[in-house]
Amino acid sequence: MNLIRYEDPELSNWTPFNRLATLRDEVDRLFGLNTPRDFGLFNGWSPALDIYQDKDNVVVKVELPGMKKEEISISMHEGMLSISGERKLEEETREGESYRRERFYGKFHRTMALPAAVNAGKVTAAYKDGILTVTLPKAEEAKPKQIEVTVS
Amino acid sequence: MNTQTIEKPACNAARKESYLIPSVNLRETKEAWLLEAELPGVNKSGVEITVEKNELTLTGRRSNGITGFDTVYRESREADYRRVFELDPSIDAARISAKMEQGILKLTLPKSESVKPRKIEIGE
Repeated sequence: MNLIRYEDPELSNWTPFNRLATLRDEVDRLFGLNTPRDFGLFNGWSPALDIYQDKDNVVVKVELPGMKKEEISISMHEGMLSISGERKLEEETREGESYRRERFYGKFHRTMALPAAVNAGKVTAAYKDGILTVTLPKAEEAKPKQIEVTVS
Repeated sequence: MNTQTIEKPACNAARKESYLIPSVNLRETKEAWLLEAELPGVNKSGVEITVEKNELTLTGRRSNGITGFDTVYRESREADYRRVFELDPSIDAARISAKMEQGILKLTLPKSESVKPRKIEIGE
């Protein structure tokens, strides 16, 4: 049952998938299982992604534990934000006998439509505690404006 | 001799809080068991590792989400992480060490000296 988080740039389509994910977690908990959460059917690894906004910024957060900064790449193209990368198995983790391997290694790629026009030249990104945070300042024309009504 | 670290499921069934089960990798070398757990968003101060009898409990607390912002779309979960492991008898619980690297908790569970293979010389 891995039909979760199939990457769909249409934000309107995510709700049923979200419900399925919740259902699966409930089933997992009931039986004490831990089915890998980060496998998508079509694209290997699909790390959890959040999008937030306030009046000045759009903030995108992605859960990418155990990566190196250099392994993550971020790009903007025609209003779509793409985040991709590859997590490699570290050399030191090859020794010994493996009993459990639940962590995913390999490539991921996520593309999303942003909720507002942003100033692509001023995008910043930070990586801390395994969370990538991309801050995208909204373009001036996308910010809400108060329009004074003058009564003559 | 028991050589497997057995996992104890559903330890939190009776609790009101719900936890996410972190994904782990577990390896055994000659000297130690090595456990890696994915705890994205958890920093050093949010990790709690307790050993009681032969059970090791990992808890990762985090404050995710951001205040003052509207959520447009969300896949991450609010809950904290917890997972319980049964310690192999070969583990020297007093020497367990841990470090945190970009959301990955790395635990080293050394084997006690008495279970390491050693050669016994025949006396004169």
